[in-house]
Formats: sequence, structure tokens, C-alpha cells
Amino acid sequence: MATCKEISELVSQSLDRRLGLVERWRLLMHLRVCEACRNFRSQMEFLRRAIRKHPLLRDRDDR
Amino acid sequence: MPTADDPGVPRDLEAHRAYLYRYAMLQLRDAARAEDAVQETLLAALESRAAFAGRSSIKTWLTGILKHKITDSIRRQMRESPIDTRAAGDDPEETRAYADQFFDRARQDHWHAAPRSWEDPELSFEQKRFWEVFERCAASLPAQTARVFAMREFMGLTTEDICKELGISSTNCWVILYRARMALRDCLDLNWFGGSSVSAEP
Repeated sequence: MATCKEISELVSQSLDRRLGLVERWRLLMHLRVCEACRNFRSQMEFLRRAIRKHPLLRDRDDR
Repeated sequence: MPTADDPGVPRDLEAHRAYLYRYAMLQLRDAARAEDAVQETLLAALESRAAFAGRSSIKTWLTGILKHKITDSIRRQMRESPIDTRAAGDDPEETRAYADQFFDRARQDHWHAAPRSWEDPELSFEQKRFWEVFERCAASLPAQTARVFAMREFMGLTTEDICKELGISSTNCWVILYRARMALRDCLDLNWFGGSSVSAEP
């Protein structure tokens, strides 16, 4: 079973590259039973969305 | 250079200077470099004004030019101070070890403080205060980490491109991005979402 630390790294990398089969499997298995890491993943996804919504990037087409 | 022959040109470009400057500062974090990038952008815009067919807004067009200027600036910066990557929290070993503080070795690397759900995080987008906190958090990242993070998230470059650009390995790049995200998450959690982590003690 992967540790929360390993999973947090994988979650971050999943935002930067396509994970391999084994990695995706490990991630899936761990997330099924670990709420903390599920929350962590949501927060990582939120971070990315937040940057897309950054006022400076968002109002680019205002004028 | 702008001349009296085309009076409208400078002013409608000039109107975007403040925006462009903020945009450049967000990624370069250096007033002089940001000024330069904006100056070069406006100059390039004037020079290629004829080629701008008005397919997009002026702002979008200028921002597109600015992005290239920012990349150039980062490239120069990396060339000028490649050794600085070891300074101020950017040491590779330090970067690698950064995440350790969040996990408890004695308990199979469980979270010290288990991340709790952030309630309705999207509502934050409409709040000015949130973005102030966000920028403060982003500004507290070490220089190299911040640069890589900006290239990845603000400019949307792939890690491959970043590696090539900065001459670092993919693994190194992922570690740096991981560090940046862990730090940002922690900072937002503490300063915006009200420390929603709880002790993971059983």
C-alpha cells in the first residue's frame, strides 16, 4: 500500500504528466480508502482552477 | 517610435501598460525586468502594428506578445544566474525534503495534519481578499520554484518545455512543482481556508 506521502507526489505529478498503469492503480486503491488524500487531490485541482480564474488572466479579453 | 502621423496608436496601446505590467510582475517578480518586458512588448506591437489584423482584441494581442517577452526574460535570468538555484530555499535536496514536514515518518508517512475538505472553494474567486492572499502565498515561494511554477501554471508550458528551457531533468521539474503546490496549499489552508486541517492523531 502506498503511503500518503507517495500518493501526494503522484497526485501532483498527475497534473504534469500522464501516469503509468501501475501508478494509476496505486492512486486509485489508496484514494478509495483515504479521505485525507482525496481532499488533497481536490485541493490540487482547485489550485489549478484558481490560477485559470486569476483576475489578471481572466479579464484578458475584456476590451 | 510613435509619430504625430498616427496619433491613435500610442494611446490605445499605452492604455494597457498598467495591465501588462501587473501581468509581467505576477511572473517575473522583479520591477525592472517587468518594466523591460512591457517596454519591449509595446515596441514590438508598434513595429508589427500593420500585421495585427484585429482578429482579437488589442489586449489579447499584447498579452500574447508579452508572454514571449516574459519567456525571453526568464531565459536570460536563468543564463545570468544559473548557480543561484542553490540559494534561498532552492537547493535541490532542500526542495526534495520540503514535503517531509507534512508527513509523520513514525506513522508510515501519514499526514501530520490530514487535509480537510475546503468548503465551497470556488466562492473565493469572487473575493478580492482571496487573490491578495493567493499572491502573498505565491510570492513566498523560493525564486526558482516560483519561476518553474509560473511557467507551468500561468504560462501553461509543458514540463518537457520547461526542462529544455531551464536545462533541468523532468524529475527535478516534478519535484519543484510538487514543492510549490504543497507550499501553496499549506499557505492557503492557513491563511484563507481557516486552517481546515485537523490533527491526524487517531
